[in-house]
Amino acid sequence: MNAFGIIGTYIAASVGTLAIGLFFRWFDRKATAMVQWRKGPPWYQPIADVLKLFSKETLVPSTARRTGFLIAPAIGLAASALVAAILWSAVLMPGTGFVGDLIVVVYLLLIPPVMTIFGGLASGSPQAVVGASREMKLILSYELPFFLALLVGVIHSDWSLQLGQVGAVPLYSISGAIAMVLAIIAMQAKLGQVPFDIAEAECEIMSGVYAEYSGPPLAIIYLGRAMMLAVMPLLLITVFWGGLTATPWGIAAFIGKYVLLVVLVTLIRNTNPRLRIDQIMKFFWLGLAPLGIAAVVIAVIGRAWAIKWL
Amino acid sequence: MNWALRKSLWVYHVNTGACNNCDIEVLELLTPKYDIERLGMVLVGSPRHADVLAVTGACTRQAQPRLQEAYRQTPKPCVVMAIGVCANAQGIFTEAYHMGAGVDVAIRAVDPDAIIVYVPGCPPKPEAMIAAAVKAMELIKTL
Ligand code: SF4
Repeated sequence: MNAFGIIGTYIAASVGTLAIGLFFRWFDRKATAMVQWRKGPPWYQPIADVLKLFSKETLVPSTARRTGFLIAPAIGLAASALVAAILWSAVLMPGTGFVGDLIVVVYLLLIPPVMTIFGGLASGSPQAVVGASREMKLILSYELPFFLALLVGVIHSDWSLQLGQVGAVPLYSISGAIAMVLAIIAMQAKLGQVPFDIAEAECEIMSGVYAEYSGPPLAIIYLGRAMMLAVMPLLLITVFWGGLTATPWGIAAFIGKYVLLVVLVTLIRNTNPRLRIDQIMKFFWLGLAPLGIAAVVIAVIGRAWAIKWL
Repeated sequence: MNWALRKSLWVYHVNTGACNNCDIEVLELLTPKYDIERLGMVLVGSPRHADVLAVTGACTRQAQPRLQEAYRQTPKPCVVMAIGVCANAQGIFTEAYHMGAGVDVAIRAVDPDAIIVYVPGCPPKPEAMIAAAVKAMELIKTL
């Protein structure tokens, strides 16, 4: 691919993913409203939110480090857009990836949360600092089970670190199913949705890391989160659930899986209370990490003796 | 741009010494019966995210500087919604020893052009608040 192709892919993937993400934001809110027996917002709600935020004033607190505070959301958005570009090209044009792009994706997925921490610390507000420290603990908790889950996917695809190289679908085996559950829970944490939303806990620390943002930077944060909401299910489908096959049924199944994962995020969000920090760390380290190791061991055994369902 | 602002008013709730009755009525707006999210309004946790300051209570001397600070931290354009007789005209607490200037006077001291919507009642019905929100949207149209 030449430079134009790469830039074109990047822009197309980010715009498309943004549209999907904004749609899912609305879908999430509408489904929440339906769960709570309400009517919910109209379909253009996320667009109105973003436009409004862009037209408002940007306030920078006097205690903030201006550059870092303003640039952090933009870097986070750019990183998630890059992930979107890599994932979509792996899904839509199999074989265009490069060896190790899964590792690149995992690294890039770490940038938005790190940038949230960065922005929160740069804003110089006590609430944001508390939120940032909580976000840090959250990353420490969920990264290990998330890696283990992805490792199971890698083992199933014959140790290939390239996206879209999955042979059999890992989900339809014992280790793959365990890994999928782990990955869904880690996705919930990565999206900062409710059982794991300690970093922004609205009623304790007033939106935490985002407390000091207003206007356009807040709009960029909003877009970044919409982007992540579209990217994470896509990653899970690509790694565990067989990606996209270019037949009418394949496309319908792909959309179905996509929507199903987002519905799962919404339902988990609506049926769980927020966990405490120590509960989250215990849950991930003592509960999910051993499960992940067990899944990896099962997958290796299944590979070694060529047993499909392990 | 006004369209977007009208369709997505985010509310931050400031209590300046209310008796808690008005606050309960504000929360009523989120319940299935009234469901203010139909109009795109949500409660947010920080004044910097807000477009509407829903002020309840009589604005005591202690609360007045905080209210003014919250108003300064709200990105403009924004609307102040004075909910309840207390917030409109200090109600039964007027001339009490611990009162500040009153919500509208305190806000106008910061910004003479502030948009203030009054919602009378003790406490006002949720319907009245929705009517006030719609009026605020009409006002935004003229900005
Ligand atoms: S207006 Fe009435 S209900 Fe509201 S805070 Fe004042 S006394 Fe309480």
